[in-house]
Amino acid sequence: MIQTIAFYLFATLVIASAVLTIVARNPVHSVLWLILAFFNAAGLMILVGAEFIAMLLVIVYVGAVAVLFLFVVMMLDIDFAELRSGFATYLPFGVLLVLVLAAEMIFAVGAWQAGGIDMASRVAPTPEGVSNIEAIGTLLYTRYLYIFEGAGLVLLVALIGAIVLTHRVRGGVKVQNVSAQNMRRPEDATRNVKPAVGQGVEL
Amino acid sequence: MIGLQHYLVVSAILFVMGVFGIFLNRKNVIIILMAIELILLSVNINLVAFSAYLGDLVGQIFAMFVLTVAAGEAAIGLAILVIYFRGRGSIAVDDINRMKG
Repeated sequence: MIQTIAFYLFATLVIASAVLTIVARNPVHSVLWLILAFFNAAGLMILVGAEFIAMLLVIVYVGAVAVLFLFVVMMLDIDFAELRSGFATYLPFGVLLVLVLAAEMIFAVGAWQAGGIDMASRVAPTPEGVSNIEAIGTLLYTRYLYIFEGAGLVLLVALIGAIVLTHRVRGGVKVQNVSAQNMRRPEDATRNVKPAVGQGVEL
Repeated sequence: MIGLQHYLVVSAILFVMGVFGIFLNRKNVIIILMAIELILLSVNINLVAFSAYLGDLVGQIFAMFVLTVAAGEAAIGLAILVIYFRGRGSIAVDDINRMKG
């Protein structure tokens, strides 16, 4: 009973906050609604026992992606009112397309039945008596190790790419060049001269 | 009891909302990126629901990789947005024809 109530609560909130994300006038509000949607989706996932993905959703999406969005929205000085000008023009066609798409998908789900699935042929059956995180960890570090490392590589490329894209060298700024400093030898910097008596100092 | 169909319908509606967001905010790249995040979220809900109801953990593993790609995509997308804004002073999608592709 409590599960049913929780499901409908999370489902309603996730859909409502998704709607508010796309129609909010202020992009900052959009991001905040997006965060709410992520939280409720995490709740939905906890309800089916996928705790690890739920926590990952909160940490990665809310903690990193949504905050990144918030940073960009607040950092750039954008005239958002001007960007909304086509809102009413796109609305009718958008509503039509969305209604057709939603009707199709819900119709397909309604018509679908899981008959004929051989439960014995599952790729990685959920083990009994093991917590979700433990089971996923066992699977991830054994069978899917290379794919897992590939995912890490994707993140590394994204990290380097984001830095390379946004990095810019400003002119007129004095910065320390550590390697040039370390390469400098005493003979480059100092001069050893032997002035004759009475020379070298001009009074 | 909540069945698999309930989750699939929620995920379908969320997906459709993401598509609708792209349609509605055709000029604002930031909202379009957020709508793409919504679409990926709905895909994740779908994967996790199937994984839970079929008793197969692979769905959750795959959801994790979708999450990885979503994070990378958001980072790169926003980086491109920032450099585009630096050069142009606007992020209107209609003006993005610099490469004349």
